[in-house]
Amino acid sequence: MPETPLLLDRADLDRMIGILSERGYQVVGPTVREQEHIISYGDVGSTDDFPVGLTDEQEAATYRLVDRGDGRLFGYAVGATSPMSYLQPSDAVVWAGRRTGKGFETVEPPDPPRYAFVGVRPCELAAIAIEDEVFLGTGSQCPTYATLRQKAFLVSVDCTEPGGTCFCASMGTGPGATSGYDIALIEVLDDEGHAFIARAGTEEGAAVLAELGAAPAGEERAAAASQAVEEAAGKMGRSLDTEGLRDTLAASLSDPIWDELAATCLTCANCTMVCPTCFCAAVENRTNLDATEAERVRRWDSCFNFEFSYIHGGSLRPSASARYRQWMTHKLSSWVDQFGMYGCVGCGRCITWCPVGIDITANAAAVRARMEEAAHV
Amino acid sequence: MQAVTELPTINPMAPVPHEVVGKRRETYDTMTLELAAPEPFESRPGQFNMLYPFGIGECAISISGDPSRTDRIVHTIRDVGAVTHALHALDIGDHVGVRGPFGTPWPMEAAEGKDLVIVAGGIGLAPVRPAIYEALNHRDRYEQFVLLYGARSPEDLVYLDEIKEWRSRFDAHVDVSVDSAPSGYRGSVGVVTRLIPSADFDPEHAVAFVIGPEIMMRFSVTELRALGMPRDQIYISMERNMQCAVGFCGHCQFGNTFVCRDGAVFCYDDIHSYLPIKEV
Repeated sequence: MPETPLLLDRADLDRMIGILSERGYQVVGPTVREQEHIISYGDVGSTDDFPVGLTDEQEAATYRLVDRGDGRLFGYAVGATSPMSYLQPSDAVVWAGRRTGKGFETVEPPDPPRYAFVGVRPCELAAIAIEDEVFLGTGSQCPTYATLRQKAFLVSVDCTEPGGTCFCASMGTGPGATSGYDIALIEVLDDEGHAFIARAGTEEGAAVLAELGAAPAGEERAAAASQAVEEAAGKMGRSLDTEGLRDTLAASLSDPIWDELAATCLTCANCTMVCPTCFCAAVENRTNLDATEAERVRRWDSCFNFEFSYIHGGSLRPSASARYRQWMTHKLSSWVDQFGMYGCVGCGRCITWCPVGIDITANAAAVRARMEEAAHV
Repeated sequence: MQAVTELPTINPMAPVPHEVVGKRRETYDTMTLELAAPEPFESRPGQFNMLYPFGIGECAISISGDPSRTDRIVHTIRDVGAVTHALHALDIGDHVGVRGPFGTPWPMEAAEGKDLVIVAGGIGLAPVRPAIYEALNHRDRYEQFVLLYGARSPEDLVYLDEIKEWRSRFDAHVDVSVDSAPSGYRGSVGVVTRLIPSADFDPEHAVAFVIGPEIMMRFSVTELRALGMPRDQIYISMERNMQCAVGFCGHCQFGNTFVCRDGAVFCYDDIHSYLPIKEV
C-alpha cells in the first residue's frame, strides 16, 4: 500500500464512483433528502448527488441546511442517518422459512447488496467498529450483519469543520480516520483549488486508487490538510469528559437526578433512531396470509418504547426516567462492561434530533457533578 | 474492509424443526411438551430454548427435562400469550422450531459437598427441575437436599406425581406450600418463604437455587440471608423480555448484563445491587 498520500480532484472522485459501480458496488453517500431538506445517506451516481456547497447548522433540537457559497462536497458534519441504515437495516431478514406438511424448512436468503460508502465520517467508522463488536465479537455472530459488512467498501472523509453538537474528539473517534477505511480522504479547498488528499487503508482501496492513476499530493499541501484535521479537534461544539464515567454512572442508578434529567423527555425514541450504534431491535416473525411462508426480521426498536421491557404483566420500565437512565447508562457505562468500549462515538445526533434538546454531554456532566457532591457530603 | 474475513457458519437466529412426541397436561393452564431430538441434545440444568410454532412467534422457554436424557427435549409451558397458546395447540407429530440451548446453568458443582437448597415458586419449578433430576441422580455428591416449592393454589401445583415420589425419599427434604387454598385442603398454606426457616440445612454450608416471580425471589433471599447464608452461595434466575437469546436485540438487559447470555441464572452476589433499584 502506498504510504504517499495521493491527490484527487472532483473528476477523479466521479471516476472513483464509476469504478466502484463497475466493481459491483451500490454506491451510497450523503445526499440531500429534498422533502425534509436534510442530509441523509442515499444512492450516489456522481459527485453532483452529494450536498454540494451546503453545510448544516446543528444545535440541540436544531438542524438547518444553509449554503456555504463554495463548492465543497463534504462541508457539513453528519446527516440524520448513518451507514447503520445499510449494514444493520431495520427490517433485515435474519431467517426465512416455508411450511412443509407438519414441519417447515429454511429458505436460503438472496445475496445481499455490496455497498460502497463514500463520505463516511471518522465517527461513523468508529460506530461500525462498535457494531462489529456487538454482532461479530466475543458472543454469538450474526451472519446477516457479517455478510453485509464483509462486502462493504468504505471511503471516509476526515472532518475539518465539526458541527455544533459534535464531540468526537472527546470520545477519541475523530476528527481524523485512523483505521477501518478502504480509502480515507481529506477535502481541501485552498489557493490551489478544490482537491482531495487520499490514503489507502486496504489492498482493495489501493487498487481503486491505482486504477484512478492519481498523482502524489505535494508534501506541503498534504501536511496542511492533516493540520486542518488536527485543528478541528479544538473546534468541537461539545465535549464529554469520559474520565471515570463508567463508574460514575454505574453508581448513580438510584439517584433522583435521573428524574430531573428526564423531566422533559418525551420518550419519542428519536435519539435511538439516529444513533449510529444503537443496535436494539425487535425480533418479529411475519407470515403470508395462509401462513405457508414466514420470515424473521430484526426491526429497529428502542429502549424508550414502553413495550421494550414488557414481560407478562407489564412493562418493567414504565417511567420516562427509567428509560432515559437505561439508554444513557447503556451508552456510557454498561456498554463498557459488555463490549469493552463506550457505546457513543460523539457524533452529536442524539442532541441535534432530540425535539426537546436533551444533551448527553450536559447530562453526563450533571451526573458527575451530583455524584461528586454526594461523595463529599 | 478488513474486520470480517470469515463468515459465521451458524445462524443463531435460525430455528430447527423438532417433532412433538409427547404432551402431558400439568394444570389447567400448563402443559409439558416433549420433542424428539434429531441429534443428541446436550444441555445443562437451567438453560432455555427459543420455541417457534411456525409463523406465530417465538418465546423463551426453560428446559424442564432430565439433562441425562439427550434424546428428548422437554419444556413445561404456561398458556399466557399468543405463542404459548400456539405451543399448547400443537399435536403429536407437529413440528416446532427450536433454537438453543441458551443461558447460564445452575452451578451444580458449586453445591457439591454442601447442602443443596432449592426454593421454587409457581412455574419456576420447571426451570429448576433439571437441577433436581441431576442432584437426585447423583445424590451422593450433596449433603442435605432440600426442595421448597410454593404455588398460588393447589390447582397451580405442577409435577404432582414426581413431588410425591421425591417426598417419599428418605434422603430428600421436600416441602410444598400454597398461597391460598379452599377449606379442607390438608397441605401447608402460606407463602413459600415461610418454609425456609424450618428446613433442615446448614445455611453457611449450603448453596441455594432460587427461582420464581421476582418478588418471591427477593423475599426468599432475605430469609436465606437472615439465616446467615452468604450472598455468593445464592443463585437466582432472572426473567426479562427475550427476543433473540444471543445478545443482539437488547431487550433483556438488566443493569450491565444481558439476561439471555449472562443469565438467566446469576450468582446473587453479582447482581444484588440492581435488585432494589426501581425499573432497572
